[in-house]
Amino acid sequence: MGFAYDFDWGVLWRQPYGMWLLEGLWLTIKIGFLAWIIALFLGILIGTLRVTPWRWLRFLSAAYTEIFRNIPFLVQLFFWYYAGPMIFGEDLGRQINRIMGLNFYVAIFALGLYTASRVAEHMRAGFASISTDQYQAVLSTGMTHYQMYRYVIIPYALRIILPPLTTEFLTIFKNSSVAMTIGVAELTFMSYRIDAETFHGLEATTGAMLIYLILGLSVVRVMSIIETKFKIPGMIGR
Amino acid sequence: MFDAVTRNITFLLGGFLVTLQLTAFALGGGIALGALVGLGRISKNKWIYQPVTVYVNFLRNVPLILVIFWFYFVMPIIAGRPLDPFLSAIISFIIFEATYFGEIFRAGYQSISKDLTAAAFSTGLTYSQTARYILIPIAFRRMLPSLITQSIVTFQDTSLAFVIGLQEFVRRTSIVDNLEVRSIQLFGFVAVVFFIFCFTGSKISRHFEEKGRKTGLL
Repeated sequence: MGFAYDFDWGVLWRQPYGMWLLEGLWLTIKIGFLAWIIALFLGILIGTLRVTPWRWLRFLSAAYTEIFRNIPFLVQLFFWYYAGPMIFGEDLGRQINRIMGLNFYVAIFALGLYTASRVAEHMRAGFASISTDQYQAVLSTGMTHYQMYRYVIIPYALRIILPPLTTEFLTIFKNSSVAMTIGVAELTFMSYRIDAETFHGLEATTGAMLIYLILGLSVVRVMSIIETKFKIPGMIGR
Repeated sequence: MFDAVTRNITFLLGGFLVTLQLTAFALGGGIALGALVGLGRISKNKWIYQPVTVYVNFLRNVPLILVIFWFYFVMPIIAGRPLDPFLSAIISFIIFEATYFGEIFRAGYQSISKDLTAAAFSTGLTYSQTARYILIPIAFRRMLPSLITQSIVTFQDTSLAFVIGLQEFVRRTSIVDNLEVRSIQLFGFVAVVFFIFCFTGSKISRHFEEKGRKTGLL
């Protein structure tokens, strides 16, 4: 055991490193929230399309979920970041590449699309857990298909899948760390940057892990309040 | 159309081979350690249960990239000399994925009712026979779909070894892309290869799930 390492936990609060970690955390939170907005809306839409009576829409939404779930997120991120602008042709692509903070926007976009496929899968499971009697009961009241989904089935399914959505929401902050590979200065990037400057990467990454842990525990706390509030009476609690 | 891919195909497939090797080690170690972690999570002894639970809950709440970095920084300190990034990556994957496999094993162990064990004993089977012929086969078949799904996730996760400079599939593709600047076809190629493997895997997992449901196992 060559334990010739001098620990220096001071890098966690000494300036400018302490500030770097906080700036990184702020960016992690921003990416997570903005991507979650995309993921939630797109995920609900795609999950709902999977149970509609139209075959083509069912096929398209199934294809979406399969494609986004079966390719590593890192590959998706690289594809959108490096190949994405080229899809629009030479000139427009070059203009897109000049956008300031493009990597930040691409990270949000890619993470949103990726997480949407996971939300859609939970949504489908939620619909599957609603009995067919309920669908018939709603239709027999004279509601149209659209009204049925809009006012009964989707709100009901969302309340059922709230616990797995909490897990997804936690995962989105963890997955946002992949954005460091395209140079987004979020929390993981910052802890690595501290290593590059001070060679105290061990302390920096340990600190970053604890920050992720605190962030995760806070999300769980907030979501458990929301879950109790929206619990469906008479259903078995978790 | 695929000129950049065909020109560098041996280099790229060499990277894919590294990805497969990483996956094999991560799965072998992760599943073995996961089986033990699962046992620890149902242990009645709090000196086993508490530390294992802290380990699982901690690692499930931090990003894998950070865990890869952490081991990359800590391994040379423990070993006293610079370590091969491949070894460091494998150790991080095993320790990280074991927490996910551990929860699958825990659910598998818990799915076995006491009545089943009692029924097996009453037919005169010994404990090891009960475990060998009744409990393990049933638990295994129940866990199989989740084990396959998590294996696919692990396969995808190995791409993150990119961050410590390991020349796996994605790293090599990005090296080629830096020279060729053919991002659409190069990253498209990686995406298609991953998709074929993972999609096939998820179909197999779904097949076992359907089979389990039909026989009333799940």
